[in-house]
Amino acid sequence: MLDILLSILILTGAIFTFIGSLGLARLRDFYTRLHGPTKATTLGVGCLLIASAVFFSVRDEGVSLHEVLVTLFLFITAPVSAHLLAKAALHLKLKSLAPTPLPDSDTPSNSSD
Amino acid sequence: MRRLLPHPLLSLTLAFLWLLLVNQLSAGHLVLGALLGWLIPFATSRFWPEQIRIRHPFTLLRYLVVFVIDIVRGSFHVARLILLGPARLRPMFVTVPLALKTDLAISLLANTISLTPGTVSARLSADKQTLIVHTLDTDDADALVAEIKQRYEAPLKRIFEEGHE
Repeated sequence: MLDILLSILILTGAIFTFIGSLGLARLRDFYTRLHGPTKATTLGVGCLLIASAVFFSVRDEGVSLHEVLVTLFLFITAPVSAHLLAKAALHLKLKSLAPTPLPDSDTPSNSSD
Repeated sequence: MRRLLPHPLLSLTLAFLWLLLVNQLSAGHLVLGALLGWLIPFATSRFWPEQIRIRHPFTLLRYLVVFVIDIVRGSFHVARLILLGPARLRPMFVTVPLALKTDLAISLLANTISLTPGTVSARLSADKQTLIVHTLDTDDADALVAEIKQRYEAPLKRIFEEGHE
């Protein structure tokens, strides 16, 4: 029973991670490509981590909570890097499918924040 | 009190993080965790000019639940978009006017936007008034902005900024 549950979790995780990577290859501009790894992968890695936490909690005595930390750090770092990549791309005026907002419309010192 | 323990909440979080890191609960690690939880905010207090206060813990809990549900929902949505083919996408940049004032709340909002369905926060204006968000597939920018404001920004404002000014 537990094996089945774990298998389902790991498979779901793998599928979502794969789709996220597929997005990188299939989508057409830099900004849409950003979505693949930040979104689909969130759930993918989430499933894998839940599976890991359940497996190690059952196998060894005591709960294994390292996975909670991995999730936490992932949730802190992934959006920050995505944000910086998007910001850098806007700055470099990369080719975009969507009309880009006015470049640095606010102030010339935009790079300071 | 305020000088000795500048950020009680941060101290508690750090102590808890330490216990998670060592993955065991013993008296020694409790003491070490408490010590680190006191020392680190104390040593870095100049990076944290304002004390973080959580006004409505239950709103925060509800926010987290909504957040997790949206990640799951959004992942399926984005996965479908990727599989169906990139030709059908309607990507767009939308500008979200911010009602939030504090840095912490704004960064949490930007993080939430980046982690949830089909949106990545792309740029915060220098005056912290607007956030530019790139969305993967939308036909109604106004509805998206309204959803972000109502679903994420409103609770964040309640949690971190009520009675702030």
